Amino acid sequence: MAKVLVVTSGKGGVGKTTSTAALGAALAQMGQSVVVIDFDVGLRNLDLVMGAERRVVFDLINVVQGVAKLPQALIRDKRLENLWLLPASQTRDKDALTEEGVERVIADLKTKFDWILCDSPAGIERGATLAMRYADEAIIVTNPEVSSVRDSDRIIGMLDSKTVRAERGERVEKHLLVTRYDAGRAARGEMLSIDDILEILATPLLGIVPESQDVLRASNVGCPVTLNAASSAPARAYADAVRRLMGEQIEMTVPVERKRLMDRLLRRRAA
Amino acid sequence: MMNVMRLFGARAASAPVARERLQILLSHERGRTGAPDLLEMLRSEILSVVSKHIDVDPDKVVVRMDRGKFVSMLEVDIEVPNGVQRSKMVAAT
Repeated sequence: MAKVLVVTSGKGGVGKTTSTAALGAALAQMGQSVVVIDFDVGLRNLDLVMGAERRVVFDLINVVQGVAKLPQALIRDKRLENLWLLPASQTRDKDALTEEGVERVIADLKTKFDWILCDSPAGIERGATLAMRYADEAIIVTNPEVSSVRDSDRIIGMLDSKTVRAERGERVEKHLLVTRYDAGRAARGEMLSIDDILEILATPLLGIVPESQDVLRASNVGCPVTLNAASSAPARAYADAVRRLMGEQIEMTVPVERKRLMDRLLRRRAA
Repeated sequence: MMNVMRLFGARAASAPVARERLQILLSHERGRTGAPDLLEMLRSEILSVVSKHIDVDPDKVVVRMDRGKFVSMLEVDIEVPNGVQRSKMVAAT
């Protein structure tokens, strides 16, 4: 049974697109068939983060409007044969998306894939509400920072009221993904801790992705971090998150500060 | 001086402040989500039912919701003047 997931946050710049690419790739690396859909019409970026920007011919809007057939718009990842991308349009605006059109495309994708990941645009307007509309589960991407947590709270409220599932009286299962977590700053009390965020948002934790150079490097080269630096801390965090999505019980470890510099200094002094 | 304090970590941690501010803010925002519409709907429906039978001043119908941790209190306050007129709508039928 195909699962439709929305990756959402309300606030921009928290890592929705990066996380969609990383989670999609991690699922595909585990043998699942995955399609990631960019809902950010007019400001598409998932293609860029996945390194497929030069292969976009048709997009979601073309399919919704019947200009192109779904197989024409789907782009197969060059590295993982069971990972596909449905890009957003760069020239149209979000009003070109219709509820019925999106419903039809998602129903069609459900017959072809195990996982459908919808990368939501920032904000709470049409693009964002359509991205979450048909979701079975939601991944709320949050940074340990006040404005991000507030916006996540708002999005959680919308998931509980504006989705098809909510309207039918069913639940959209929600998962919290904390990204850009800086263990050192949290330890020094400069950044909201995981416990703070969980207490405030009261949503189960899916994973903690530490702030890392590897994430930026991966998007620089257009390759999901789980592929580009598979053994890095963020890649492992995404891989664990995906295992949890698939129902595995994996212990959650809150990243701790790595005292590399300190270690080096101490070692030098000892020598 | 500031630098010295910083060196010794005397700067107060800001995360607890962030946490407290968020908790206060969100408790207000969550209470408000959907609530204004609900209260306004209740108010207008109560007003229409009551004024079928009694003449009341629409401004004197107050509907309030107090949210508690475990239960919430819906308070309906309708001021009825003495020597109240039965509504003409009812009188006519």
